Amino acid sequence: MIPSPDAPVSRVPGSNLAISIATIVGLLGSWWLVAALAIVPPLYLPGPMAVLAKLRELAVEGYMDATLAQHLGASLQRILFALVAAVFTAIPLGLAIGVNRALRAGVDPLIEFYRPVPPLAYLPLIVIWFGIGEFSKVLLIYLAIFAPVALTTAAGVRSVDPIRIRAAQSLGASRAQVVWHVILPSALPEIVTGVRIGLGAGWSTLVAAELIAATRGVGFVIQSASQFLITDLVVAGIVVIALVAYVLEIGLRLVQRRLAPWWGRVA
Amino acid sequence: MRRVSTSFRAATGIATPVFEDLSLEIGAREFVVFLGPSGCGKTTLLNHVAGFTRPESGSIEVDGRSIRAPGPDRGVIFQQDALMPWLSVVENVEFGLRLRGVAAAVRRRAATEQLARVELAEFAHHKVWELSGGMRQRVSLARALAADPQILLMDEPFGALDALTREQMQTLVLRVWRATEKQVLLVTHDIEEAVFLATDLITMSARPARVLARQRLDFGSRHAAGEPARRIKSDPAFIAMRESVLARLFAP
Repeated sequence: MIPSPDAPVSRVPGSNLAISIATIVGLLGSWWLVAALAIVPPLYLPGPMAVLAKLRELAVEGYMDATLAQHLGASLQRILFALVAAVFTAIPLGLAIGVNRALRAGVDPLIEFYRPVPPLAYLPLIVIWFGIGEFSKVLLIYLAIFAPVALTTAAGVRSVDPIRIRAAQSLGASRAQVVWHVILPSALPEIVTGVRIGLGAGWSTLVAAELIAATRGVGFVIQSASQFLITDLVVAGIVVIALVAYVLEIGLRLVQRRLAPWWGRVA
Repeated sequence: MRRVSTSFRAATGIATPVFEDLSLEIGAREFVVFLGPSGCGKTTLLNHVAGFTRPESGSIEVDGRSIRAPGPDRGVIFQQDALMPWLSVVENVEFGLRLRGVAAAVRRRAATEQLARVELAEFAHHKVWELSGGMRQRVSLARALAADPQILLMDEPFGALDALTREQMQTLVLRVWRATEKQVLLVTHDIEEAVFLATDLITMSARPARVLARQRLDFGSRHAAGEPARRIKSDPAFIAMRESVLARLFAP
């Protein structure tokens, strides 16, 4: 059916927000209902109130000698170290392979070789090579962030309008000036998208990383709780990770809009 | 331009000549228009002059120096604006000067001067993506002028604009050409535009491109000297010229 020109289009930003809120409220409501009616035993699905209580307990009393803030701090520190390392290595490499065909031919197979392998699969190797210290945990997360950042940066570089590069050249730009003044700023929105995707990959690797002899971290809390069948704590940990990751994602979207307000408006 | 020959290699391996033995000498301060059907190679020729591409044989010389690469002595204005969206209007205009390391205050003054020339002074601090297509092309013109090139190369610069904006841009470009006394090389497939702007009109055939005719015209000079555009375009001499160029272009 073709919508009539008079059909109301949801242009109000609030209406989309309302839909999102309705989804969350609906989900929480049915979760609460299932728990309240005791359809599923709490061992399998603890109710939202039990999870909330566990979350408060985790925040105030802590778990395994550390409070929620300390667990979260340990996890965030690992992610942050890995992210900073990835930004300072993957973006330059992505730029280089986007600009240089030969380098791309050389590096691309390496990235594509390890990228689809789940981190849990090469986790044992990392432990054998680098031990069970903090370095191995950060390295595992770093590897997960590195590939998407490098690949999207390279793709962003390759999608720069060649006319823009020619314009700079005809204004006297050297090769280095073209990279710095045209290619990098043009690819910036894609690079931030890469960081967003990378950060998501980093979070999903966090639990695996904290399998390596960790005593702190939200991922560690989830695993430890699962071994003792403290299901409400498992769910609480999941909620914490989801919330923090979501807040970071929103922050990065704001950064992207700030850095590249033209994105989506001009080619 | 002497003995320029370029060919594109098709996928089959057979080279398709774009033009053969094209030899042109172009005078300073001329407004040269290359007119030809789409795909005849006029943009290829302009790209050779800009230095983006090189002919397979022959040479293109500016003031006796052979062209090997793009350079700030040849300013280029493309069909679609190639502005930097992360820079403001005035920052775009001073882009070339910034690359050359000109001091901030000096280049800002030069850029402001060129923005005034294209009547965009009050938009200096706007974002380029807030401007209309015609305004963006004026920013492109100001950016090219700020680098003070010897030659202005324009590749269908008004092709993406509406008819009214196009006429305004023609007037502006003629005024700039007259005031700066720069050589202009403009490529178009719009016959009326070609006849109106050119002092030196070069009509080209379809591929392999040859020069069908070369004519000296004065409609653009008349407009630059103050005669209204509509009066020139409705002048019987203008109409007759337009029709004869059209007939030549479509002659079998």
